[in-house]
Amino acid sequence: MFADYTMGELGAIFAMQGFAGLILFSVFVLMALGLAIIFGQMGVINMAHGEFMILGAYVTYLTSNLFADYLPALFSMYFFLAMILAFFVAGGLGMLVEWALIRHLYKRPLDTLLATWGLSLILQQIYRSVFGAREVGVSIPDWMMGSLPLTDMIEVPINGIFVMVLAVGISLAVYIMMFRSSWGKQVRAVTQNRVMAGAVGINTARTDRLTFGIGCGVAGVAGSAFTMIGSTGPTAGQLYIVDTFLVVVFGGAASLLGTIASAFSISQAQSVMEFFLSGSMAKVLTLLTVVGILMLRPQGLFALKLRK
Amino acid sequence: MLLSKNRFFSTTDLIGFGLLALLIFVVLPIGLDTFRLNLFGKYLTYAFVAIGLVLCWGAGGILSLGQGVFFGLGGYCMAMFLKLEASSPEATKIQSTPGIPDFMDWNQITEIPIWWQPFHSLTFSLIAVILVPVIFAFIIGVAMFRRRVGGVYFAIITQAIAAILTILIIGQQGYTGGVNGITDLRTLKGWDIRTDDAKVLLYFVNGGLLFACLFLAQLIRRSKLGRILIAMRNQEDRVRFSGYDVANFKIFVFCAGAAFAAIGGAMFTLQVGFMSPSFVGIVPSIEMVILCAVGGRLSIIGAVYGALLVNLAKTTFSELFPELWLLGLGGLFIAVVLIFPNGLAGLYSDYIEPRITAIFKRKFPESKDPGKFDPAKTAAEAAE
Repeated sequence: MFADYTMGELGAIFAMQGFAGLILFSVFVLMALGLAIIFGQMGVINMAHGEFMILGAYVTYLTSNLFADYLPALFSMYFFLAMILAFFVAGGLGMLVEWALIRHLYKRPLDTLLATWGLSLILQQIYRSVFGAREVGVSIPDWMMGSLPLTDMIEVPINGIFVMVLAVGISLAVYIMMFRSSWGKQVRAVTQNRVMAGAVGINTARTDRLTFGIGCGVAGVAGSAFTMIGSTGPTAGQLYIVDTFLVVVFGGAASLLGTIASAFSISQAQSVMEFFLSGSMAKVLTLLTVVGILMLRPQGLFALKLRK
Repeated sequence: MLLSKNRFFSTTDLIGFGLLALLIFVVLPIGLDTFRLNLFGKYLTYAFVAIGLVLCWGAGGILSLGQGVFFGLGGYCMAMFLKLEASSPEATKIQSTPGIPDFMDWNQITEIPIWWQPFHSLTFSLIAVILVPVIFAFIIGVAMFRRRVGGVYFAIITQAIAAILTILIIGQQGYTGGVNGITDLRTLKGWDIRTDDAKVLLYFVNGGLLFACLFLAQLIRRSKLGRILIAMRNQEDRVRFSGYDVANFKIFVFCAGAAFAAIGGAMFTLQVGFMSPSFVGIVPSIEMVILCAVGGRLSIIGAVYGALLVNLAKTTFSELFPELWLLGLGGLFIAVVLIFPNGLAGLYSDYIEPRITAIFKRKFPESKDPGKFDPAKTAAEAAE
């Protein structure tokens, strides 16, 4: 399949597809980070994760409309406010959900899965009723449009770079929160041994709620970033939930580094194959490989050594 | 095979089976016209899947979110046979290549692919309906259970498999009919399946098969095997330490669930007249779990009622109030987990059965079911 192309063209193809893969990678990382906190740390399956993401996207959409109507002068900066809003709205809803639903089900992970699936259906229907069934897109500020030419054959879109920068930034923020802050220590303590963590004075219920909230908040930010490269519909979240879970499981559920590594390998494999095969076959092959590897190595790429 | 202490049917089971048989074989055929009866036949095909899930999930504790895969494989095997019969050279002479299924012709394929060839034979197709999904389930089961993958990971991976199969079917439309599926099925060995008489007959065949599956499921549940499954669900390690090979039991029950789902799929194809990827993917697969959960994850009879009621509600509400249906379904998922984890069967045994017993003032034989699912208790055991 490589015979039809010259070396230079092949290089450019790989570079361009590699870059498209990097954008996909950023999206995967953003989506998977929230899940890595909720699923990886707390062990809670949140099937409504995609819907929290979409909530962030809709918040961004509303903010952009507000800025366009009332503060056109500041329109180029609206995105940063939208991101913060998305974090707090999605995080707030997440804490509410934890209080109403999740906290009753910590001992029954499979039931959590079903309940959050129900939640995702409800949220989808609410989005459909409020925002309509059609996809909505936000208007991107001018400075984010266009692309940077690197060589005469390779160009990279600016919004893609922005999403990548955002992914790196948020990964760092999550890393610092999880591994360098006292909150992160508490979260990890509660995950490893709930009873003991309670005994040394950690408010486990509050930690759980905050963790779930922050995980959902990160999903909201991911959704917000998502509007920069695609449009948002009520069911868009459901399309990504399987990919996202596979990314987290493939990486090794409790490992942040593993999540990033697996997001990288899955997205790169998919986007490079997409050029040579049809999109659907690329996806099938990627997912099959991931499932195949998971069957051989169920603990994922980067597993913590635990004695079960 | 059977434990001597436990009769095959407790009195409650016997009444349950009897009432269900009355409903399926007498009340529905008398009370409904052919169109509605066919609709109920379609609902009942989901009951096969729900019974399989009771075994896997309720008894064995294995939640598969990929039952749609087996339902679909069974359905597609049946549909391939029917499609080949419907695409005789005479019936398809307007095509550029007569004698091949219409969707292949639309996709510029000029001969029937080699893996379609055996489906010219009805015997092969009927065997394939069961065997293909079971072999597939066996491979998944061996790969996962031997490595002690269970619980949530298993659920996610089966869900991914459902997603993969859907993408594959849609992507390879020349060989599978793509997103429309395999449609326009006409005859089974010359017998037209679209007439009213055929529909009524198929309904009864469907009901008969359903009862055969119910008996099989009851046999599994009442046997020693069923006890081990329940023990495994509650305390897997203890069962392992007692010398049982846990993985084999899990593989067996997963394959049994797949076989049931496949029969349902094949009957679905026969009664509805087509098969498409919209019965394979993530969403239908997880809806099959809710059928089982609503009926009661521990009760095979409950699962049948769950399949009937949820599908009936789905048809009714999505016609009348399309917006409310998703909200209702979502609420159902949450309610069935939070409020009544044992579903309709649990509500029956908690509230109605004691009253009935009181009315008759007759002591029913003790039907202490060790499989009774008590979330609080299981949680407490798990925490130990």
